[in-house]
Amino acid sequence: MAQPLVKKDDDRDDEADYSPFLGIEKGAVLQEARVFNDPQLDPRRCSQVITKLLYLLNQGESFTKVEATEVFFAVTKLFQSRDIGLRRMVYVMIKELSPSADEVIIVTSSLMKDMTSKTDMYRANAIRVLCRITDGTLLTQIERYLKQAIVDKNPVVASAALVSGIHLLQTNPEIVKRWSNEVQEAVQSRAALVQFHALALLHQIRQNDRLAVNKLVTSLTRGSVRSPLAQCLLIRYTSQVIRESANNTQTGDRPFYDFLEGCLRHKAEMVIFEAARAITELNGVTSRELTPAITVLQLFLSSSKPVLRFAAVRTLNKVAMTHPMAVTNCNIDMESLISDQNRSIATLAITTLLKTGNESSVDRLMKQITNFMSDIADEFKIVVVEAIRSLCLKFPLKHRSLMNFLSNILREEGGFEYKKAIVDSIVILIRDIPEAKESGLLHLCEFIEDCEFTYLSTQILHFLGIEGPKTSDPSKYIRYIYNRVHLENATVRAGAVSTLAKFGAMVDSLKPRIFVLLRRCVFDNDDEVRDRATLYLNTLGGDGAVVETGEDVKEFLFGSLDIPLVNLENSLKNYEASEEPFDINSVPREVKTQPLAEKKAPGKKPTGLGAPPPGPPSTVDAYEKLLSSIPEFANFGKLFKSSAPVELTEAETEYAVNVVKHIFDGHVVFQYNCTNTIPEQLLENVIVVVDASEAEEFAEVASKPLRSLPYDSPGQTFVAFEKPEGVPAVGKFSNMLRFIVKEVDPSTGDAEDDGVEDEYQLEDLEVVAADYMLKVGVSNFRNAWESMGADGERVDEYGLGPRDSLAEAVNAVINLLGMQPCEGTEVVPNNSRSHTCLLSGVYIGNVKVLVRLQFGLDGPKDVAMKLAVRSEDEAVSDAIHEIVASG
Amino acid sequence: MFTTESSISVLIARGKRGSDLSPNTSNMESCPSVKNVLLLDSEGNRVAVKYYSDDWPTNSAKEAFEKSVFTKTQKTNARNEAEITLFENHIVVYKFVQDLHFFVTGSEDENELILATVLQGFFDAVGLILRGTVDKKEALENLDLILLCLDEIVDGGIILETDANVIAEKVASHSIDAGAPLSEQTISQALATAREHLARSLLK
Repeated sequence: MAQPLVKKDDDRDDEADYSPFLGIEKGAVLQEARVFNDPQLDPRRCSQVITKLLYLLNQGESFTKVEATEVFFAVTKLFQSRDIGLRRMVYVMIKELSPSADEVIIVTSSLMKDMTSKTDMYRANAIRVLCRITDGTLLTQIERYLKQAIVDKNPVVASAALVSGIHLLQTNPEIVKRWSNEVQEAVQSRAALVQFHALALLHQIRQNDRLAVNKLVTSLTRGSVRSPLAQCLLIRYTSQVIRESANNTQTGDRPFYDFLEGCLRHKAEMVIFEAARAITELNGVTSRELTPAITVLQLFLSSSKPVLRFAAVRTLNKVAMTHPMAVTNCNIDMESLISDQNRSIATLAITTLLKTGNESSVDRLMKQITNFMSDIADEFKIVVVEAIRSLCLKFPLKHRSLMNFLSNILREEGGFEYKKAIVDSIVILIRDIPEAKESGLLHLCEFIEDCEFTYLSTQILHFLGIEGPKTSDPSKYIRYIYNRVHLENATVRAGAVSTLAKFGAMVDSLKPRIFVLLRRCVFDNDDEVRDRATLYLNTLGGDGAVVETGEDVKEFLFGSLDIPLVNLENSLKNYEASEEPFDINSVPREVKTQPLAEKKAPGKKPTGLGAPPPGPPSTVDAYEKLLSSIPEFANFGKLFKSSAPVELTEAETEYAVNVVKHIFDGHVVFQYNCTNTIPEQLLENVIVVVDASEAEEFAEVASKPLRSLPYDSPGQTFVAFEKPEGVPAVGKFSNMLRFIVKEVDPSTGDAEDDGVEDEYQLEDLEVVAADYMLKVGVSNFRNAWESMGADGERVDEYGLGPRDSLAEAVNAVINLLGMQPCEGTEVVPNNSRSHTCLLSGVYIGNVKVLVRLQFGLDGPKDVAMKLAVRSEDEAVSDAIHEIVASG
Repeated sequence: MFTTESSISVLIARGKRGSDLSPNTSNMESCPSVKNVLLLDSEGNRVAVKYYSDDWPTNSAKEAFEKSVFTKTQKTNARNEAEITLFENHIVVYKFVQDLHFFVTGSEDENELILATVLQGFFDAVGLILRGTVDKKEALENLDLILLCLDEIVDGGIILETDANVIAEKVASHSIDAGAPLSEQTISQALATAREHLARSLLK
C-alpha cells in the first residue's frame, strides 16, 4: 500500500518533495479504475485506485457528469469483494460521488444487504451511506431496519442510525418523528456517544413542543447523563427552558439554576465551561448567580491549555460589558495574560482589563500594553484604542499617561482606520478634559507634520481652528498650520488657509501676522486656496480696506454652524434661484431621526379631497408642506415643531388613529392619521370631535374633515386651536371619531348609497411642555454652556422619589423636557450611583436652552436630582423648572 | 462613550439570543457542530480536508480559507498544546506536528473545548494509525486510513466519535475477516494490524 502509487519523476529531487501522488493525473486514474471490472478482483489494487480518486477529489479536482457516472458504476461492482478494507473505501467513495436518484437504485440492494449483515461495521456504514444518498420513497422501505438499528446493542450501529436520523429530520421529518420510542430508549443507553446522539435527535423531534422539552429536561437533569457531550447538550436545552420560562418567574429562585451550578463541579472541562457560559448568559443574571461561574472561569485563566484560557477570557470579556464589577476579582490573573503567546488571548485580556480596571492600575496597564501593541493586527489595535479612550473618560486624572500613549502610537506605522481611531480619541479627550487640551493639540500638530491622509489633516486643521485660538498661547500653532500651505496638496492647503483666518478673526494680536501669511496664499496655484485667502483678507480687512462686513458674516464664516448639515443641504436643494436671497434661518433646526420621506411636488397637492396622500408624511419638511397647502392653516406662520405620532387606539382595532401635534406660535394643529381596517366598510365625512374643556387656554378655530376613508388607505383629518401667542399652554383633549359608515360589497367593491352615522371613542390627547421644546443638539456642550453665561441660570434640587433604576429616572426627565441629550450622556452605566446628563434644545420663541442634570441615588431606590438651566431668557429658565416641578 | 459601546454590544448579544429561539436556526445552534476538519502540510497545501458547512461553497473559497488560516497560524507554536484563534467569525483550534498542521473549525458560538476535543481525537487517532511516525510523507502513503479516520470522527458536521483509540480501532479493522465482530477487537489487535500493514509495505 505504501508503495509509490505512481512512478517517481526522475527529474525531481525525491528528497525534497516526495509524494506518492506526484505527477498524478485524472485521465490516467480514470483509466486505472477499469480494474474494478476485472472478473478476478485484486482488493489491494482496487483500494489504491479508490484512494487516488479520493485524493483527486480532495485536492479540488471535479469529475464531469459522465466521468462520475462511470466511476460510480465501476465502484458498485466492488460489492462482490468480501474484503473489509476495500468495502470501507467503497462506502466513502459512494458518499463522495453523491449519485443521482436513478443511480442510487443500483446500490440500494447491496447496501440493504449490508444493513442486515452480521458484521457490525457493515451495518453501521451501510446505514450512513444509504441515508446520505436516499430519498423519501426508499426511506419507508428501510425504516424498519433503521428503527431496529437505533436500539442495536452495538453502539457504533446505534450511533450511525441516530446521526442519520438527525440529518433525515431536515428532509423527512414526518418519518423520523415516528421513531420517538426507539430514540427515547437509546437516550438511556450505556454507551456515551449513543446517549449524546439520541438526546440530540430526541430534542430536535420535540423542539417545537415546549412542554415536552420541559419534561425531557426535568427528567434528565435529575438522572445521570454519562457522556460529557450529552451533558453539554442538556445544559443548552436547560438554558433554553430557563429563557422561555423567565417571563413568568421574574422573582424568586430561577428554576434549574441548581442544575447549572452543579455542572460547574463536573469532571469534564467542556461541561464545566458550558455550564459557566450558560450561567453568564442568563437573562438578568444576578451577582450571586454569577459568582460560582466566574470562579471556575478564573481557574481556567491560569490553565496551561491555550484553548481553556481563550474560552475563559472570551466569556469574561462578555461579562465585563454588563457586570464589570463581577470580573474585577480576575484582574490579577487577567494581567498575566497580557503577555500570552496567543495574541487573541492577550487582546481579549487587555480589553477586559480596560473595562474593569481602576485608577491605580492604569499606569501599570499602559506599560504592558505598550510592549504588546507592536505585534498585533490593526483591527485589534483599534479595539485597544477605543478601550483606552473610554478608560480616559472614566479617569480624567490619568489623561497625561493615556494621552502620551495615544501620541506615541500615532507616530508609529498604521493604516487609515487605525490612525483615524487614534485622532478621534485625542479629539474627544481634548473636548472633554480641559487639562488635556494643550498637550493634545500639540500632539495633533506634530502628527499633521507627517500625515499621509488628507482627510485626517483637514479634520485636524479644522479642529485646530476652533480650539487653537482659545488656548493661552495661540501663536505657537501658527507655524504648524502655515507649513501645510507650503508642503501639502490643494485640499489641505485650503483647509490651512481657513484655519489661519480663524486665528486672525479670533485673536486680535495675531491679526497683522496672519495677514502677511494670507497675502502670500493669494498667489497659490489652486483657485480654491486663492479664493479662500482673498475672501478672508477682505472680510478681516487685511488689504487696508474699511471693513464693512457685519457681524453676521463673521458669525457665519467663523462661528459654529448650529444647523444640522443634512437640513441645510436639503434646504439648499429646494431653494430656487430668485430675487429673494437664501435665508439660513429658514433651515429647520430639528435633528431628524427618521429617514427623509419622498419629496412631493410642492404646492400642487390636492388638499386631501378624493385622493389622500398615501401614508402620513413623516418629516418636518413634509409636514410643513402639507400644512401650508391647507388654506385654513396657511396664515398660522412658521411651523415650530411637529411631535412624533401618538397612538389614540389600541393595536388591531377596527379603526387605527394616531395624532401628530403641530405647534405654531399662536396655534396648535392636531393631525389625525386614520386607517380603516374593515374591508366591508367605507367611511365618509370623517372628523374628530375634540372636547377641550380641560384645556382652558385653547379655542377651536377650524377643522378639516376627511371626505372619504376607504379600507386600508390612510387619510388625515385636522383640527386647529388658537392659543395665547408664545405661551407654552398645556391641556388635555378628549377625542371622538365621528363618521358616516357605508356597507361595501367585498366582491364588487361598490358601496351602498345609504350610510349610518356612527361614533368611535378615541383615547385622550395631551399637549405638554415638551411639545414646545425642539430637540437641537450642540456639538460642544461645555463651550456652549460657558458662552451662555451664568446670567440666565437657575439651579434647584428635586427629589424624584423611589425609581426602578437611575436610568429609568434619567429617561423620565429627558422625556418630560423633550430635549436632545448631548455627548451620549443619556446612557447610564450599569450599577452607577450617580450620573450627569446634558441636554440642549430650543424653546418656543427660539430661545436656546441648556440643561445640566445631576442625578444621585439617595438610599436604596430614591433618586435625587439637581437641575441647572441656562438660557438666553431667565423667564424660560424658570419655565423649565416649572415643567420639572409640575411633572 | 464606554457605556454606549457596551450597551450596544449587549443589544447585539440579546438579538442573537433571541434568534436561536426560532425553530429554523435552533437545530444547528443547539447541537455542537463542526464546520470543517483540515489537515495541511507545512506550506499550507492540502493533505486531506473535509467540509461540513455551506460557508465555503466553492473550491476556491475553501482554498482561500485554508490559505488565510494557515498564514495566520503558521508562526504560532501549537506543538505541545492545541492553540486557538477567532478567525472570520469562526473558532479555529489547531495543532501541529512535524510538517503536518491539523485544524478544526466551528462557529463563533461553539464551545471551544468541544472543538478542541474533536481536534485532539483526530490528532491522536492519526498518531495511532501512523504508529507514531506522523509526517506528511507517512500521511500521504496512508491516505486511505486518514480519509477513513475523518469519516469516523464527524458525519455531516455532527460529532461521531472523539476517543482516539476507538477511532483508530475502527479504521484499523482492515484485514480482519468478514464475519468477525468488530467489538471483539482490542486496541492491541488494531495496532498489531497496523504494524503488520506497515511491515508488508516496507517489504515490497
